[in-house]
Amino acid sequence: MLLITCPHCGPRDEVEFHYGGQAHVAYPDDPHALTDREWAEFLFYRDNAKGLFAERWQHAVGCRKWFNAVRDTVTYTFQSTYAAGESAPNGVAATHGGTP
Amino acid sequence: MAEKLPEHPDFLWRNPDPKSSYDAIIVGGGGHGLATAYYLASQHGMTNIAVLEKGWLGGGNMARNTTIIRSNYLWDESAAIYEHSLKLWEQLPEELDYDFLFSQRGVLNLAHTLQDVRESQRRVNANALNGVDAYFLSPEEVKEVCPIINIGDDIRYPIMGATYQPRAGIAKHDHVAWAFARRCDQLGVDLIQNCEVTGFLKDGDRVVGVETTRGRISAGKVGLAAAGHSSVLAELAGVRLPIQSHPLQALVSELFEPVHPTVVMSNHVHVYVSQAHKGELVMGAGIDSYNGYGQRGAFHVIEEQMAAAVELFPIFARAHVLRTWGGIVDTTLDASPIISDTPVEELYVNCGWGTGGFKGTPASGYTFAHMIATGAAHPLNKSFSLDRFETGHLIDEHGAAAVAH
Repeated sequence: MLLITCPHCGPRDEVEFHYGGQAHVAYPDDPHALTDREWAEFLFYRDNAKGLFAERWQHAVGCRKWFNAVRDTVTYTFQSTYAAGESAPNGVAATHGGTP
Repeated sequence: MAEKLPEHPDFLWRNPDPKSSYDAIIVGGGGHGLATAYYLASQHGMTNIAVLEKGWLGGGNMARNTTIIRSNYLWDESAAIYEHSLKLWEQLPEELDYDFLFSQRGVLNLAHTLQDVRESQRRVNANALNGVDAYFLSPEEVKEVCPIINIGDDIRYPIMGATYQPRAGIAKHDHVAWAFARRCDQLGVDLIQNCEVTGFLKDGDRVVGVETTRGRISAGKVGLAAAGHSSVLAELAGVRLPIQSHPLQALVSELFEPVHPTVVMSNHVHVYVSQAHKGELVMGAGIDSYNGYGQRGAFHVIEEQMAAAVELFPIFARAHVLRTWGGIVDTTLDASPIISDTPVEELYVNCGWGTGGFKGTPASGYTFAHMIATGAAHPLNKSFSLDRFETGHLIDEHGAAAVAH
């Protein structure tokens, strides 16, 4: 069981959370300008890092807020969690599209 | 009485050093890689080939799955490839001259809600149109197939019926790998263990070999069949895959006399269980939600699957868990595999089998070998290409995949 620190509520058991996949994937600025390939990238292609990964979680049965985390996908250790809208720590920004 | 297992000879294949060059290299010495090499050699006459495995043969997901084989998928494309696979399973023990205990004991996919019932009946009808054996059973008929199951209505999700595929079953997974490996070796294929691919050699947009922990090996064609690590590997070749890797857990009980005569799966309460030839109850659930490569998962997933299993099979309450483990599955957004060429010439990928790769082993190898040998898709795998994510021709099998991912 993972122990996840919600930035708003503190450390809680994994069962209180819902996983949301890769963080910092921005909606296209101009959706009409996208090619089919670019739409495929936005909809279906995500990083699948072996190591540090910036991802989204929701404290589903707590404050219900979405937030971001940097977690190691091999050891499952959380390096940090931070509120939605905050920048990813240096070195783990998404390679895919995303806003800072 | 537990069934007697086939003898395991000491040496089923040679352990050659890698040559400097092959006509084709398959990366990944699990079921899919071995089956690919087997069909390359037996169907396409390519024998100057090697299978590279970073650990030991059949030691990845081949050693971690719950061995279920079935073909009752919803969509035409999936029914075609999984039914072809089932037909290959039916002939492989004789063809490979190796008894891997393929046991066609049937599979029940339970329905617990009115929506489940409707989906199940729809799938049974779709199966019938595709020549797949499938029936919809009432709770009483379910009980006849599997007498230990609880069809009472005093549980949270009573059984309202089930689909039944009598030709489905299980096989002894290790022996399947050994059967393919032995025949590959006899056909001249080099099976090279402890040989991890660390990079790709390219000439412009064309792959010409691989860098490995045992040196450079050149190759005319390279096929990737690395399951959970597919995207990590493909990235080394500059190819991005629409794959997410997740832990999928399974467990076995101690040994019991035969009590469970078939395979029971439930997507709704999330457990699937069969009894291994030796007597263990083998069960699994859905994937853990988060991405991971750690080959382990969270305990609450096991707790939930055990709770579901004990409601469905009250006698399991007395069974002790002997061991649990996790494999890393490579999932796609439409729960269907990818068997495809790539933007890199002569580099092919076979991945995205998610939680259902074992049953697909023969057809996966059969179609992938065709693709590698001829450079073109076999009719059975042309819909399972990478470009479906661009064209929108997805094959959405989340319902029939039977495991949430």
